[in-house]
Amino acid sequence: MALLEVRDLTKRFGGLVAVDRVSFDVEEGSIFSVIGPNGAGKSTMFKLITSFLFPTSGRVTFAGEKITYLPAHVIARKGVVRTFQETAIFKEMTVLDNVVVAHHLRSRATTLGFFFGTRQARSDEASFRENAAEILDNLGLGHVSYERARNLPHGYLRGLGISIAMAAKPRLLLLDEPFAGMTFEETWQTVERVRAVRDRGVTVLLVEHDMQTVMRISDRIMVLNFGKKIAEGAPAEIQRNEAVVEAYLGREDEQLGI
Amino acid sequence: MTDRIADVQAHETNSTRAVIKWLVVATMVALYLIIIPIVFADRLYVLRVLATASVLSLISLGVWLTFSIGRINLGQGGFALIGGYTTAILMTHWGISYWLALPASGILAALFGILLGLGILRLRGVYFAMITLSLTEAVRLAFLSGGSFTGGAPGIPVIPLPGPLSVLGLSIVPDFTRVNGHLAFYRLAAVLLILGFGVVWRISTSRVGWIFRSLQQNEDLSTSIGINITKYRVLAFGICCFYGGIGGSYFAAAQQSIYPAVFGVSDSVFFALYCFLGGLAYVVGPIVGAFVLFICFELLSANVAQEYQQFAYAAIMIAIMLWLPDGILSLRAPRWLVGRLRAGATAVDAAQRTTR
Repeated sequence: MALLEVRDLTKRFGGLVAVDRVSFDVEEGSIFSVIGPNGAGKSTMFKLITSFLFPTSGRVTFAGEKITYLPAHVIARKGVVRTFQETAIFKEMTVLDNVVVAHHLRSRATTLGFFFGTRQARSDEASFRENAAEILDNLGLGHVSYERARNLPHGYLRGLGISIAMAAKPRLLLLDEPFAGMTFEETWQTVERVRAVRDRGVTVLLVEHDMQTVMRISDRIMVLNFGKKIAEGAPAEIQRNEAVVEAYLGREDEQLGI
Repeated sequence: MTDRIADVQAHETNSTRAVIKWLVVATMVALYLIIIPIVFADRLYVLRVLATASVLSLISLGVWLTFSIGRINLGQGGFALIGGYTTAILMTHWGISYWLALPASGILAALFGILLGLGILRLRGVYFAMITLSLTEAVRLAFLSGGSFTGGAPGIPVIPLPGPLSVLGLSIVPDFTRVNGHLAFYRLAAVLLILGFGVVWRISTSRVGWIFRSLQQNEDLSTSIGINITKYRVLAFGICCFYGGIGGSYFAAAQQSIYPAVFGVSDSVFFALYCFLGGLAYVVGPIVGAFVLFICFELLSANVAQEYQQFAYAAIMIAIMLWLPDGILSLRAPRWLVGRLRAGATAVDAAQRTTR
C-alpha cells in the first residue's frame, strides 16, 4: 500500500477542467515530482491533495485513510504538510525562533498548563529549542540560526519554510516549486535539503518547473498537461517519452514548417 | 550545548527583572485602586473621567485582541450597545440583580459575536472593517425598532443602581444607593479594567497569544502546520465582544439609562483609534491610548471654545498620524519596563539570552 493514493481526482471550475481524472501512487520514502507546462494543473493538484481546495470528484487516501474533503489543518495534523512560496511566520524573529514557535503552535499540550506550570513550560521550551536546532543543522541552516528571518536571502528563506514544515512532524512533505527563483548554488543547496528530508524518513512530493533538477532528484515523475496525466515513471523513461517532449516543445508539423 | 554560567547569570537577571516588574505592577494597581479614590474622593468629576476612561480602555482591549489576529474591528460599539441593553432589560423587565446582569451582558454579546464571527471572520482588511462598521449601525437600528421591549428612540430611561452583592453572608459590594455613587462606580471600573487587562495580557503571552499572532502574520502557513484557524479567530472575536458587552453594561448602570444613540459608529471608530494611538504592539496600548485621548478631549472641551474644538481634535489626530504612526508606546521607553509589558517578548528575550 502506497503512502499516498490518488484516484480519479478531478477539479472543475465551471466549464474549465483544471484536473482531469488523475490517478497515481506515492511510495513511502520516495521523492515524487509532478511536472508539466504552464497551466497543466500542477498547482491545482497540489491544493487538492492538501485540502486548500476541495475536488469535484475523486479520492485521496493517505496511509490507508481517506483524507478527501477533510479540512486542511486536520490533514496537516495527520502528517500531510505543505510549504509555500512565502514562508516565515514571524519576519522579525530569528530563524531559530521561527522553528521553535512552529513547535509551540503545533503542540497540543494544554494552554492551561502553560498558564500555570512554569517548570513544564520551561522544559517544553528547552526540548522544542533542541529539536529546532537539530532540524536547522540537518538542513544546513544552523549557521544562520540567529539571523532575523527578514534578512535571509531567498534560498535560505525557502529552507526556513521547509524547517518550519519539518517542525510539524510530517510523513509526507509537499513542496510548492522549491527551486523557483534560485541561483545555481541555491538550487544545489535545496537539492541537498530535500535529500536530507527524505533521509529522515519523510516522503516528498514536489511540484516544479525546473526540469533538470527534477530529473536529478526524483525517484518517480508524473507529467501533467491540460489537467490530464500524460506520463509517469522513472526520470530516464520520462526523458524519452514522446508525449512529454511534445507537451513541452510541440509537435513537428511539416506543412507549417515547424 | 548551553553555557552553564551564562545560564545562571541570565536566570538571576530574569529573577531581578521579574521582581522589579511585579513591584511596578503592584504599585500601579495600589495607586489606581486605593490611592486615587482616597485622594479624589470629593472630586467627583475627576473620578467620573477616570472611571469612564477605564471602561473605554476595557472595551478597546477587546478591539486590540481582534487586531492581534489581523482584523480591523469597527463593530465594538454595536456589542457595547448589546451589553448595555441586556443589562437594562434584565434589570428593568425582570428585576435581575446587576451582578448577574453584568456577566450575562458580556456572555450574550460574546454569543452574538461568535455567531456573526463564524460568517464574517473569513473576510479580511477593508472588507472586514466595512462589515463591522455596518454591524454597529445595524445593531443601533435593531434596538431603535425594538418596540416596547427596547423602548424605541428614548430607550430604557430609568435603570436602578446596582444593589449589594454578598457571598455566603459576606458583603463584597455595598448597595450603590447608600454610598458615594461616583466612588463606587470608579471602584467597579477599576476592578473591571484590572481583571480585563490581566486576562488579555495572560492570553497574549501564552500559547494562544502566539497562535493569534501567527494568524495575523500568515493564516495559510498556520493552517499548513495544523492549526484550526477558524476556531482561534472565533475565539478572539468572541472574547472581544465579551469585553464590549461588559463595557456597555457598565455604562448602562453608570448613566442609569440606555438608548440607541449611546454607542454609534464614531464610538466604534474611537475604540479602534485608542488602540492605534497607544500602540498595537503592546497590550497596554489601548489603555494608554484611551486614557490619553479621552482626558485630552475632556481638557479640550473644558478649556477651548466650542467652535474650535473640532479643529483641535482634527489637529491632534493628524499630528498623531504624522509623528506617532506606531503609537505612543513606540517612543523610547525604559527598556526594562517596556520589555516586560511587550506582549510575548519575554519568552523570546529570555530564551535568546540563555542560548547566545
